[in-house]
Amino acid sequence: MNFLIGLVTFVAVIIGVVVFLGLPWPGMLVLLVLLALWMVLTRRGQQTWSVTAVGVSTLPQRLGSSAVIVIGIAGVVAVLVAMLAMADGYRETLRRTGSDDTAIVLRGGSAAEVSSVLDRDSTLVIAQAPGIARDDRGKPIASPELVVAANLPMKGGDPEKDVGSVQLRGVGDEAWKLRTNAKIIAGRKFEPGKYELVAGKGAEHQFAGLEPGKQIKLGNQTWTVTGIFASNDAMDSELWADAGIVGPAYRRGSSMTTVFVRLTGPAAFDQFKAALSSDPRLQTDVSTTLDYFSKQSEGTTKAITIIGIVVGAIMAIGAVFGALNTMFAAVATRAREIATLRAIGFRGLPVVMAIMLETMLLALIGGALGGLIAWLIFNGYTASTLAAGTTGQLTFEFNVAPQVLWTGLKWALAIGFVGGLFPAVRAARLPVTTALREL
Amino acid sequence: MKYFHLIWAALFRRKTRTILTLVSIIAAFLLFGMLDAVRVSFAEAGQSANGAERLQTGARLSFIQPLPQSLGAQIAKVNGVKDVAYANWFGGAYQDPHNQVFTFAVSPNYLDIYPEVEVDPAQRKAFDSTQNGILAGETIVKKYGWKVGDKIPLQSQIFPNKDGTKNWNFDLVGVMRSKDAKAFQSQMIVMHWKTFDETTPKGYNGGMVGWYISRVNDMNQSDRIAKAIDALSANSDHETKTQTEQAATANWIKQMADIGLIVTSIMGAVFFTLVLLTGNTMMQAVRERTSELAVLKTIGFSSTSVLMMVLAESVMLLLLGGVIGLGLVSLFAPIMSSQSGGMITHTSVGAGSWALGITLAVAIGLVIGILPAWRAMRLNIVDALAGR
Repeated sequence: MNFLIGLVTFVAVIIGVVVFLGLPWPGMLVLLVLLALWMVLTRRGQQTWSVTAVGVSTLPQRLGSSAVIVIGIAGVVAVLVAMLAMADGYRETLRRTGSDDTAIVLRGGSAAEVSSVLDRDSTLVIAQAPGIARDDRGKPIASPELVVAANLPMKGGDPEKDVGSVQLRGVGDEAWKLRTNAKIIAGRKFEPGKYELVAGKGAEHQFAGLEPGKQIKLGNQTWTVTGIFASNDAMDSELWADAGIVGPAYRRGSSMTTVFVRLTGPAAFDQFKAALSSDPRLQTDVSTTLDYFSKQSEGTTKAITIIGIVVGAIMAIGAVFGALNTMFAAVATRAREIATLRAIGFRGLPVVMAIMLETMLLALIGGALGGLIAWLIFNGYTASTLAAGTTGQLTFEFNVAPQVLWTGLKWALAIGFVGGLFPAVRAARLPVTTALREL
Repeated sequence: MKYFHLIWAALFRRKTRTILTLVSIIAAFLLFGMLDAVRVSFAEAGQSANGAERLQTGARLSFIQPLPQSLGAQIAKVNGVKDVAYANWFGGAYQDPHNQVFTFAVSPNYLDIYPEVEVDPAQRKAFDSTQNGILAGETIVKKYGWKVGDKIPLQSQIFPNKDGTKNWNFDLVGVMRSKDAKAFQSQMIVMHWKTFDETTPKGYNGGMVGWYISRVNDMNQSDRIAKAIDALSANSDHETKTQTEQAATANWIKQMADIGLIVTSIMGAVFFTLVLLTGNTMMQAVRERTSELAVLKTIGFSSTSVLMMVLAESVMLLLLGGVIGLGLVSLFAPIMSSQSGGMITHTSVGAGSWALGITLAVAIGLVIGILPAWRAMRLNIVDALAGR
């Protein structure tokens, strides 16, 4: 019998955790409504309600030990949410950079922009492909760009030693037409033909000396920073300058690395791709920018998510045992009271449900608290890393998105479920006579 | 020490509670051990004794900019430089273009600069005499199940072959093993720079070199030598930046992520939670033993010894959990290390981590023990025995 109960509890734990972690919010809503209906409509449910009410009303007397559950779970959720928010912010920043009505053309086989080379003739051929949108003067919106890396001193570091890598993009006028979200927020655009550049606001945040009007040294050339631009995506981490100047400065001549084009619409992509791949003069890889940038973020996002989940899981184990401890103690102090309830006719199920509900309530408070802490500290927090597939630092903001918070809450509920189930079962199975005699 | 069994008995007075608390503590220290191994791995990257005597010279403009080959001979002449090797980034991928395998095209003496890389002399000889030969690190060889003598197809992300495609075929002639588990070569492939330069079509490499590595006679002179090397190309169109391998690696990791900060914040959250959790357990434990403590005092235990006993109990609880937790890390660390693809080099908990962990355990034990211990010390015998 004991073994059977143990087995059932164990299976219930597994099912409970899987349900809580896997359920989308409508599912949880249905579960909640069902629970509410049960509690209102059936006799057992009404009993559960009254037992829960008694338990909850005594919570203030057990403030210290209840706080253990709340704060333990808040810690887990805060760390988990922060890590997931980091992954989400990184993914979002790169995803925003792409759209399905712009395409990126690289030399065939190149995994990233920096490792691609397209000669001038190819870029001209690409710009004439069908499916490219045209501006009001009838020119195709295709932007040949040259991406190179530059070393710049980091902010707040030793200018000789703390040098970071930043992506320098040589562009033409079309780049601004193509990326309509890129706007100058301070100073002015660079003038073509001059050693002038504009810095993204992320790069400005990261590197020293990127202020309008100031001069910086890249290699042995002096460039003037003329302005700051913002586009709220990965481009914010870059420096933009005239492609005609970047090429010779980096000994690339007139070759480019990439051509970005604006398509007439998402549907035009297939036509555009087919035209380029059937052109014998070209050897290119074509993808929508949405595809390209989403792929770039995959590895890092996955790594951060896995680290977050592993760390969260180990912390969750700690929190589960903390909750178990507290709830066992709570059940022990209320043993007489529970036994009295059962002696006057309350069945086991309402008792189990009541203790579960109490733990889950505490867990929910803990989860909400943890989510709130993570949100207060980390939402919009700026971090940077060397992005995969680029040669520069990518600045991104933590994004405490609703689905991240939801994941945190689900973890909290799962911890509460496991932490409450065993004490609840013990409470319900305690022989009434023994419990009544207990001090 | 003579009260050890008494403290031990008090600790396991309520087995369930102590064990549950213990598991929480173990989880916290398990996490601490794992994260500290990560932190130490990153902090120690490139800090080997051999790394200190190597200087890396790359283009000042950016690390993707190549340098002329003629610079090598000039660097070799700089006073204090023992040996100069060079390498190029090849950008290899195996099977899938996204499945990157670090591949360098290196000068013939490249391996001599890295004494911590071990290659069987016969295999080294085969490499030197096989134009199309490559040496692969043992981690990669294991990962893909390669055998010496295999033909290895690699795709370059940057450089085409003679026939214009980016598919290259190499003969695997040997395996690079790392003596102290820290040489990064165990996770990469080296090929001949000469083969690389001659096989790529004209205009792709053209005799350029990615970076130079020079070994110095006296590592205390590194700074002077680095400056002397950079002076060679000052005001040319290929200015260089030379730094020790240590500094270069440290800078690289710093750009990747502030590992130290992340680890510290997570551990802050974990230990804060732990303090509250175990603190509560200790409070409970002392509260329900009020009358027992009063009896102890009645039969002559001094207030101080009662204080010390409660303190010892909480420190012991933490130490027990901490030691088990850190011990468990030693079990998990090898798995973690193999899963991380060589990012985490520590396969056991280092002495530094143990020391830090134990110190933390004792400190946390004292912090959470002090309040209940204080209460136990101030206990009024009459009130406690009367249950007031």
